[in-house]
Amino acid sequence: MGEKLLMKGNEVIAEAAIRAGCRHYFGYPITPQTEIAHYMAKKMPKVGGVFLQAESEVAAINMVYGAASAGKRVMTSSSSPGISLKQEGISYASGAQLPAVVVNIMRGGPGLGGIQPSQSDYFQATKGGGHGDYRMIVLAPSSVQEMYELTVDAFNLADTYRMLAMILGDGILGQMMEVVNFRDEEPIVQADKSWATTGHGMKREHNVITSIHLDPAVLEQWNKGLQEKYRVIAEKEQRYELYRCEDAEIIIVAYGSVARIAKNVIKVAEEEGIKVGLLRPITLWPFPTKAFEQVIDKPRAFLTVEMSSGQMLEDVMLAVGGRKPVYFTGRMGGMIPQVDDIMAKIREIRAN
Amino acid sequence: MAVVFDRPHALVDIPMHYCPGCTHGIAHRLVAEALDELGIEGKTVGISSVGCSYNNYFYFNCDMIQAPHGRAPAVATGVKRSLPDNIVFTYQGDGDLAAIGTAEIVHAAARGENITVIFINNTIYGMTSGQMAPTTLLSQVTTTTPYGRDPKEHGFPIRVCEMLATLSGPAYIERVSLHDIKHIKKAKEAVKKAFKVQIAGKGFSLVEMLSTCPTNWGMTPLEALDRIKNEMLEYYPLGVYAGKDLEV
Ligand code: SF4
Repeated sequence: MGEKLLMKGNEVIAEAAIRAGCRHYFGYPITPQTEIAHYMAKKMPKVGGVFLQAESEVAAINMVYGAASAGKRVMTSSSSPGISLKQEGISYASGAQLPAVVVNIMRGGPGLGGIQPSQSDYFQATKGGGHGDYRMIVLAPSSVQEMYELTVDAFNLADTYRMLAMILGDGILGQMMEVVNFRDEEPIVQADKSWATTGHGMKREHNVITSIHLDPAVLEQWNKGLQEKYRVIAEKEQRYELYRCEDAEIIIVAYGSVARIAKNVIKVAEEEGIKVGLLRPITLWPFPTKAFEQVIDKPRAFLTVEMSSGQMLEDVMLAVGGRKPVYFTGRMGGMIPQVDDIMAKIREIRAN
Repeated sequence: MAVVFDRPHALVDIPMHYCPGCTHGIAHRLVAEALDELGIEGKTVGISSVGCSYNNYFYFNCDMIQAPHGRAPAVATGVKRSLPDNIVFTYQGDGDLAAIGTAEIVHAAARGENITVIFINNTIYGMTSGQMAPTTLLSQVTTTTPYGRDPKEHGFPIRVCEMLATLSGPAYIERVSLHDIKHIKKAKEAVKKAFKVQIAGKGFSLVEMLSTCPTNWGMTPLEALDRIKNEMLEYYPLGVYAGKDLEV
């Protein structure tokens, strides 16, 4: 049996990364995720790893670019405004097909916004916050246990597909304490890294890591390669949870900490005799369209709930494809949707 | 027959894309000769930057990484912290290093990051066709200072070696010039010393090379070499700015 520990979400991400074999972390302080850096600063020297506080978010993601090029498991973490600064490096690393894990513990925006939890970076994470036709695998934990498991998975997925994987959490998850059951040993994927720039030792041709291809025909081919990879991932890696959807009249679609609130809504609704289910995307990219196909016939409507103005809502509408009505309720700026607000919306939908 | 002059092994045998008379080619050769002579090509990772030398990963035979504009010192930091026994160098122009990448170079230097920086100062943006660089001399005409660089409008050129030498982190900083054989020989020694400093684990080393851009200066290659001597040396004095007494 593995260890069982009471831990804060942010710290669990750091611990999970170390357990997943990450020995290089580069970061810059920003609330509400700084505990990740604190944990790394304390732990990395003890496991022979590197913690480096970079001069900026821009530098941190480029240090990640360097360590990933060297074939190492590497991570950086930040919160919304800091993730905006990292977009240049995210685009380059995506173009150069470098594996690494980027953590975004979201806070309210736009701009400097606030420090309270939010989900308003959904578009940035799933649609490409930087320039160019690229994707990141985006994993959305909903508990501290899942922050652990998905962080380990993020490293494996990043290495398997040679691309960035993002953990998209929010301030509630980052700051929350829960019991985590750690495994004795992590399932670590040993991916081929013969492409890494580690010095050729006069034994092979030189390796080059680059994202520039000035010949448009070559760049198009390169992009086609990326798109083919993304297609495979969209087919193979969708993850989701379906909770009490079997006979649900209304299915809430929510991820991260909002999905937890949705589970409370389901209880309250049940007391009123209303059957509500939850479709919880765990991968935000690839968006779990397969989950919708499983349940599409059941409810009279879907209700998307987010801590944003309705960003995932667009993917929900695409997945539903007009076959059922899709409603939305949400809060912004660090305000958290309350059970009562969501119940009010459910009653309103039923009255229609 | 004895070979008296050959292409360094660390330089790939393909034509370079640089303009005729551009001293980038010389700078490349000096780096490659240093890698050969120190026997470190096999464990070296070079970082290309953004500018005319963006694709010098075609030219250097060691493993190479192309970095975002200005970020080469951060990328190099990531590599060196991952592979401390390898040799890591960046090759950056003045726009890359002294404008968009100022934070990265200053902090890599301040940390005493054990990397080597080859810094090409030709007082202009080459690749994007001759705009003002942070190193553009006063009165110099560029496509974005068509009436000459006026300090009231455009501020003053940055002396990178002098600025970085105020930090405690750098082990070795030297400014050299590529305008004639005598100076090229000195430049070669400086490049070799910079790599030796890294091999010895002494910390951050940087060699600034005064270089030409005949194309955007609107000069013949020979006139361009003369411009280094007659105009650049005065504002950018050659010499060792950090690590004068450092023996490696
Ligand atoms: S534009 Fe200037 S710096 Fe660039 S290759 Fe041509 S001469 Fe050299």
